Amino acid sequence: MIEFRAASVVVDTPQGPLTVLEPTTLTLTEQRIGIIGANGSGKSTLARLINGLADVTDGQVLVDGVDVAEDGRAVRRRVGFVFSQPDAQLVMPTVAEDVTLSLRRTIRDKAERRRQAEKVLERIGLADRADVSVHALSGGQKQLLALAGVLATDPAVVVADEPTTLLDLRNTAEVANQLFAMPQQLVLVTHDLDLAQRCDRVLVVNDAAVVFDGPAANAIAHYRALVTS
Amino acid sequence: MSTELIGAYRPGTTLLHRIPAGPKLALVAAWSMLVVLTKGWQAAAACLVVALLIAAWARLGLRRTLKAARGLLIMLAIVSVFQIWQRGWEVAVAVTGDLLALFVVALAFTATTPVDGLLTAIERGLQPFRPIGVKPERVALAFSLVLSSLPRLLEIAKETRSAAKARGLERSPRALLVPFAIRSVAGALETGAALHARGLGDD
Repeated sequence: MIEFRAASVVVDTPQGPLTVLEPTTLTLTEQRIGIIGANGSGKSTLARLINGLADVTDGQVLVDGVDVAEDGRAVRRRVGFVFSQPDAQLVMPTVAEDVTLSLRRTIRDKAERRRQAEKVLERIGLADRADVSVHALSGGQKQLLALAGVLATDPAVVVADEPTTLLDLRNTAEVANQLFAMPQQLVLVTHDLDLAQRCDRVLVVNDAAVVFDGPAANAIAHYRALVTS
Repeated sequence: MSTELIGAYRPGTTLLHRIPAGPKLALVAAWSMLVVLTKGWQAAAACLVVALLIAAWARLGLRRTLKAARGLLIMLAIVSVFQIWQRGWEVAVAVTGDLLALFVVALAFTATTPVDGLLTAIERGLQPFRPIGVKPERVALAFSLVLSSLPRLLEIAKETRSAAKARGLERSPRALLVPFAIRSVAGALETGAALHARGLGDD
């Protein structure tokens, strides 16, 4: 369960303090949660707070009762994060090595790490690419690998920040199918309203505030009205 | 240099593949010392021949090795011309031979050593320094980041060059260097955030 308790973010700029997220109170228990909104509206900040990639200025964010600000390390063990640009996330030369990197903290035995990595790659459809350079993968495969690196640690929650933005239709479908097939709770930041439609609950973020929170169809209608008004 | 080869492990069954990463790293260090400490063009030429034999033993393949070394070869050609002009052909052969001998062996090392094994070896080797504040996991991670960032930087350089060319600015150092520097730093920050998100460096 993810809880926002009057969580707000204000950053300093040369022009003075800028509110990136107004005080927000939410409890997210649904399995598939979508976050939609215009560029710069604050939806990525909202998502990054869950993993401790962004810090609250006031209020609290808790994951399964653990305060992100107090024990970020414990929270990051429970929350995986997928970025829109997989190149930034892939730090090892080959596919299998990148997945085993995620497992170094938890599995000491090298052979066991490799076995676990192969299992995750099998699940994600990249088993035959295990020893290929990460630079030889297509955009969709890179994003699947980034997801595999996250899933290897078996987190309770996966936050995905526009994971399909750079992908073509086929790769979008493949990555989305993997995301929606996961047993983990999913928090999906997206501009793709078809993906948002598949979520159990959708938050609409506008001008640094959550302006709508409800079922996907209603949220999408609200968002469409917002951008066309 | 090619983005496809640098830092990329290629599975195999040669003896070089089977030597554990720690002893192999020590051998590469010893090799580097030998290359640097031996003087003269004859020694450099001999080191280069040995390095090429090691590369052949690791089954690197001549074509791929040449492709990976293309950028270095161009740079060495320029350095060689300068050395011949300033200090004679013997010095040029010595400098070029030494650099190539180091590069080829480093290439053979990365091609036959899984990075996971390398990280374990570095972590193990640095354990005695833990009491004085060294964090072996972080040093090992930094080492692997250096290896993996090379192809990314080369990709950024290629993209920046294409973008400058598309705008007719391929001869402008500013149009090449400024975006390259900005994108490299931005990429490093993104990678930092990604490592943080994966909990790496938390320990």
